[in-house]
Amino acid sequence: MSGLEMGSLGFDTAHLLAGGLVLVSFMMLYQHRLYALLNLYALHALLLATSVAWQAFTQAAPHLYVTALIALIFKALIIPVALHRIVERLGIHRDIETAVGVGATMLVGMGLVALSLVLMLRVTPGADPLAREDLAFALSVVLLGLLVMVTRRNAVSQVVGFMSLENGLVLAATGAKGMPLVVEISVAFSVLIAFIVIGVFLFRIRERFDTVDVGALDDFRGERR
Amino acid sequence: MSLLVVLCCVAALLGTAVLGVAAARRPAGRPLVYGASLLLCLLVLAAALDRLLGGGATPALTLPLGLPWIGARFALDPLAAFFLVVVALGGAAASLYGLGYGRHEEAPQRVLPFFPAFLAAMTLVVAAADAFSFLLSWEFMSLASWALVMAHHHEAENRRAGFVYLVMASFGTLSLLLTFGLLAGPGGAYGFAEMRAAAAGGHDVVAALVLALALLGAGSKAGLVPLHVWLPLAHPAAPSHVSGLMSGVMTKVAIYGFLRIVLDLSGGATWWSGIVLLCLGSATAVIGILHALMESDLKRLLAYSTIENVGVIFAGLGLAFAFKADGLGLAAALALTAALFHALNHSLFKSLLFFGAGAVMTATGERDLERLGGLIHRLPVTAVVALAGCLAISALPPLNGFASEWLLFQAVLKSPDLAQWGLKILVPAVGGLLALAAALAAACFVKLYGVGFLGRPRSPAAAGAREVERWMLAAMLGLAALCLAAGLLPGLVIDGLAPVTHSLLGAAMPLQREVPWLSIVPIAESRSSYNGLLVFLFMAISGGLAALAVHRLASRALRRGPAWGCGFPDAVPAGQYSAASFAQPIRRVFGPLLFAAAERVEMPPPGSLAPARFELALTDRVWETLYAPLGRAVGFAADRLNGLQFLTIRRYLSLVFLALVTLLLVLALWS
Repeated sequence: MSGLEMGSLGFDTAHLLAGGLVLVSFMMLYQHRLYALLNLYALHALLLATSVAWQAFTQAAPHLYVTALIALIFKALIIPVALHRIVERLGIHRDIETAVGVGATMLVGMGLVALSLVLMLRVTPGADPLAREDLAFALSVVLLGLLVMVTRRNAVSQVVGFMSLENGLVLAATGAKGMPLVVEISVAFSVLIAFIVIGVFLFRIRERFDTVDVGALDDFRGERR
Repeated sequence: MSLLVVLCCVAALLGTAVLGVAAARRPAGRPLVYGASLLLCLLVLAAALDRLLGGGATPALTLPLGLPWIGARFALDPLAAFFLVVVALGGAAASLYGLGYGRHEEAPQRVLPFFPAFLAAMTLVVAAADAFSFLLSWEFMSLASWALVMAHHHEAENRRAGFVYLVMASFGTLSLLLTFGLLAGPGGAYGFAEMRAAAAGGHDVVAALVLALALLGAGSKAGLVPLHVWLPLAHPAAPSHVSGLMSGVMTKVAIYGFLRIVLDLSGGATWWSGIVLLCLGSATAVIGILHALMESDLKRLLAYSTIENVGVIFAGLGLAFAFKADGLGLAAALALTAALFHALNHSLFKSLLFFGAGAVMTATGERDLERLGGLIHRLPVTAVVALAGCLAISALPPLNGFASEWLLFQAVLKSPDLAQWGLKILVPAVGGLLALAAALAAACFVKLYGVGFLGRPRSPAAAGAREVERWMLAAMLGLAALCLAAGLLPGLVIDGLAPVTHSLLGAAMPLQREVPWLSIVPIAESRSSYNGLLVFLFMAISGGLAALAVHRLASRALRRGPAWGCGFPDAVPAGQYSAASFAQPIRRVFGPLLFAAAERVEMPPPGSLAPARFELALTDRVWETLYAPLGRAVGFAADRLNGLQFLTIRRYLSLVFLALVTLLLVLALWS
């Protein structure tokens, strides 16, 4: 069954899943606790996997199922579980602090979503409507992920922001038809490696400074914040 | 075939450069490197001459190097072939000279690897036929010559010269990069053939931008005022044979780049670009030669004189542009021929003069004119060839400088045919400035020769000078012979240039080989003609007859007696006419305006035995008004931006984020 015959159901479902991703990104913005943030990230990845699988179904592109599977296994299971264990071993499950207030962050986030919608809908008037909406949502997810990275001080939550940003990239890539599997696999692996490197660094930072607050690094470099 | 030979020679030159690293350790390595360079340059010369004079289709070649989809393209059209002749001729002369001069080099490991690389880079610039290869070779040329400028880096002055040169060279390459970006257009066609086709229907604004950027990029390398400041610093800092190459040949490669971009690729011969070039060229000529007149350092003087000659060449190009824009093909061909002829001539006599300066430095260890003098007795051969160089650069018949400048003035005299009144009025004024520059150049080289080679030695080093060795003399004699040959038979050169002007302008000067008695007739017999050979014969015969008459009719005995010293017996050598005193009348006229010259005489009070003191302060107005504030602004900005080095990780992330959002906003608002 091809995507064109699916008509509005295929479009609406894809829309719903992508919108869900943006919603979860918003939830990450105001989430104060690390465990909750990690759970949200797992949900984020799960939604991504579902969305990619739906795309695979509507586009009749079986290789996207592999992408969905990768997203499910690595991003929805392995990385959140590993981060959980890291947080546990570091004993930092209680502390979280945002650098900017929740209200302001939410307002900025809304502005970013509006910006990406306006931009994408305006730049791609001739494109396939599904891809257009998808790209607009994906850009919102990327920008919100960046916002999470900017507003957090804790290294773990910055990692989560980075990972959610990457989810936005995957969403954009699968929305456009005909992205080769190789690219997707290489992106997944690079993220995994980045995750490993960051994990190692977390422990090194922790060993040296007794905290994963990146502010300690700045203090160490002897600079003002 | 000829292109293949050239590229093989380039590869061999690069191999020689690698060899130079190892060869620098042994004394036998130096003649090996210079000898190989000489042979390869002669091969390139033969190939280029074959291409230029043989005619036929333009050979082109694409090598699978460089950018994957483009490759490295090379071609030898007549313009490239002509400049290749200039490069190879200069390179061969410098290599021959280096065979002797290189023996005195104290740091051969800093010269030997870069000398062949520099030659290879200049050859590649001329042969390149796509923007990528061109820019790569151009930058390679800049860096190789920079390394040679820094060969004697122990002196602080040379380090500063290297720094200024590096900054100006990077700036020039940046401008050229932008130029090619404009020419390539949004499609990104980086081959010269595609650019030529795309520029045909180009916009006027783009043409103006291309002209401005090409003037910045190629003009800074050639030494156009006010981009000339690095040239009198860097050219003298290099070893003398490299100075000759940089001044005589590399400035020509820059002119080639300018012609290639503006006249060939962008097709931008408009009357206003002609005005720009005429103004810049004539100003450069006058300012350059005035600086040279004020200078008493031998090599700096020559470097400033290079600026003058580049100005003359650019004025010629401006004339060609103006004539071309008005559809006066023959006059345009005349002006372009004159400019290219002068480029060839300048490469010959400027190399010759720098080699002469190198010989003087080898013999005496001095570069300052005020400490030289009387060298005509101690360096007889060098003195003769230097005299030939001075006569040629002063544009005196029967040498080659006269032939090209005469052609240029013939083109100036065609200016009433121009359509625009602005040009009709401007061109004679430019002609006046060029005549002024030519006269000042003559004064400048009278100063150089009179103070440096005549009179009595002003220092023990000058008194104890010994003639230099034969390789150096051979190179200088060869160049002097070429100067004379090009002056006696200018028709041959003009005919050789016909394919170049034909390919660029679609017109060429009338064939000179059909004119009887080896004369040259630029426009029509009734208008003007010149016969170098006849002038030479007349001068030789009349001079010989006069000498004969003097020796036959007067006493033949050679007497040496005390010179008439205006009633002052026992004059010390330092009391002779010095370089600064020779330039004083001209300094009085132009000094306050151009150099903010301030002369101060301190007389001792009555009764004091202290000597009176004369102080002279010259400042370079261009440096003071343009470069010094620019340097301060850059320093200020750098100080402010220094804070960006020490931000927190989150601030950096925020900066990236803000930049991204700003760009997206711009996109959202504009599209």
